[in-house]
Amino acid sequence: MIEIKDLHKSYQMGSNSLHVLKGINFSVKEGELVAIMGSSGSGKSTLLNILGMLDEADSGSYFLDNLPIKNLNEKIAARYRNKFLGFIFQSFNLINYKNALDNVAMPLYYQGIKRKERTDKALHYLEKVGLADWATHLPNELSGGQKQRVAIARALASEPKVLLADEPTGALDTKTSYEVLELIQGINDEGKTILIVTHEEDIAHMTKRIVNLKDGIIINDGTVKQVRANSYV
Amino acid sequence: MFNIERWQEIFDTIRKNKLRTFLTGLSVASGIFILVILLGVGQGMQNGISQEFEGDASNSIWVWTRPTSVEYKGLNPGRFFSMTNEDFDFIHKTNEEVIEYESSRVRIWGAVISYKKESGNYRIEGIHPGFQFIENQSMVSGRFINQQDINEKNKIVAIGNKVKEALFKNDEDPLGKYIRLNDIPFKVVGVYTDKGGEREEEQVSVPSTTAQQVFNRGQTISNLSYTLKPEKDFETAVAKSEEFVATITSYLKNKHIIAPTDERAIGIGNSLEQAKRFYNLIFMIKAFFWWVGVCTIIAGVVGVSNIMLIIVKERTKEIGIRKAIGALPSSIIGMILHEAIFVTAIAGFTGLIFGLILLEVVGPMIETDFISSPSVNFNVAITTVFILIIAGAIAGFFPAWRAAKIKPIVALRDE
Repeated sequence: MIEIKDLHKSYQMGSNSLHVLKGINFSVKEGELVAIMGSSGSGKSTLLNILGMLDEADSGSYFLDNLPIKNLNEKIAARYRNKFLGFIFQSFNLINYKNALDNVAMPLYYQGIKRKERTDKALHYLEKVGLADWATHLPNELSGGQKQRVAIARALASEPKVLLADEPTGALDTKTSYEVLELIQGINDEGKTILIVTHEEDIAHMTKRIVNLKDGIIINDGTVKQVRANSYV
Repeated sequence: MFNIERWQEIFDTIRKNKLRTFLTGLSVASGIFILVILLGVGQGMQNGISQEFEGDASNSIWVWTRPTSVEYKGLNPGRFFSMTNEDFDFIHKTNEEVIEYESSRVRIWGAVISYKKESGNYRIEGIHPGFQFIENQSMVSGRFINQQDINEKNKIVAIGNKVKEALFKNDEDPLGKYIRLNDIPFKVVGVYTDKGGEREEEQVSVPSTTAQQVFNRGQTISNLSYTLKPEKDFETAVAKSEEFVATITSYLKNKHIIAPTDERAIGIGNSLEQAKRFYNLIFMIKAFFWWVGVCTIIAGVVGVSNIMLIIVKERTKEIGIRKAIGALPSSIIGMILHEAIFVTAIAGFTGLIFGLILLEVVGPMIETDFISSPSVNFNVAITTVFILIIAGAIAGFFPAWRAAKIKPIVALRDE
């Protein structure tokens, strides 16, 4: 599903350049649940942003579902993001003047789906994350866990090939984190490919594979025995 | 533009951001409102001042001669010349369609006028029947000089009220009596008054042909006076009178061998010129109002673009989110512009309507000499609204374009 070869990325910080990714080789097969770990500054978020086409690599190749991702203009990048990827952010990034249902329906609007169908579909995914009753609530009327579940529903709504989660539990307490992870595991069980960036060991061990990043290179990449989140609850 | 989904999205956004929308709208609406009021007052002042002038309708033109000032065709400067009956007849023939009243004048200054034992020094005017209307004289008794008197060179005279009072004591009726002008008897046929004042009544009028013959003036005349037919509006009247003046000036110069460059030889008094100066003043006032209005619009546009910048700044994160979930740059620009144009259009028309209502309601109540029925040209107002909308769209485009260029990653990091 994802094929990355010799990926480099550096940032210009004033006069010095900061080499963040120093040759990443990495591939993900369909249906995998991968955790990308590393201390802050290890380049894990940068890697995720490149995977998410929010950012571009300096060199190296990236294939998503056998499609070369390079030299994208804004328009194509936007279309690919909409078609292939679902994002889950640490700070949820919901649009705060739109209710839960409208937030979930947003990617569908950009796919050009009619309002009626959009609403039906969005409601279906809100049901899936257990928030159908909260459909008309604004984000600031929801708890952190609920917001993240709305965000997950939004990421799922466009039926992407890959879900990318950047510290999805970073702003949540442990109990809520596990509830969110339980949801993510359930989605993975249905066959969705999911990448999670995290620096929490317990969260990482709820995935099926851990990739360890340090100073811009992968130091460790191996499968782990998945801990089911519901065993904690 | 006619995408219903887009409209729903816009209405959603507007409904959820009432204050922001209201403030944008307010600056646009007040700009248009002020412009409409200013234009209305400007128009009102023009109407008022025009009325003041059109009430008088003093469109009289006087022509007199002075010594030449430019050497021409071997003739020295400083040469005296006189207009003749031929000139008067020629101008009459060639300008018949514009002339309302006309009169040539033969003036005899300080003539001795006597009746029985009373006498005094008065001016004699040898004139045509039209003179009565040009000078706005009205008869107290009897009649004025008529065309038959001119043709037959009758020795008759119409006298000013002051002359009558001085010569005819004890309320004697002057009609039919003979008075002596420089010792030549003339029969009094009428007495007139002149609103122009006492000086205008201290004169007597005789047929111009009679004056030329009796007082040895040959064919010469002292000056010409005309009024022109009224025109449907002031501008046309001014234009016609200027055209008329130009025609007779060039004719007279040609006829009397005067250099075309000689500004002195032929004197022209045009009462419309005076009025025209006021028109220029009004024009300046209107231009000033326009200028203020345009500045107001510019301020409105700057206000709109400012607000657009703030809106885009405020929505940076939202735009980032939209882009992350697949919004095309063009749809971001479209969304922001569409909203901006919609809000400016609604606000612009609201301001326009309020301005027009105010002019309509308050306008008729204003009753001063210098402002009357203030109104505004609807097309001009509509045009300014569209200009504002277009300017607002252009002003909104650059922030929108920049917003579309924002990398979603940067926008999302912006906490």
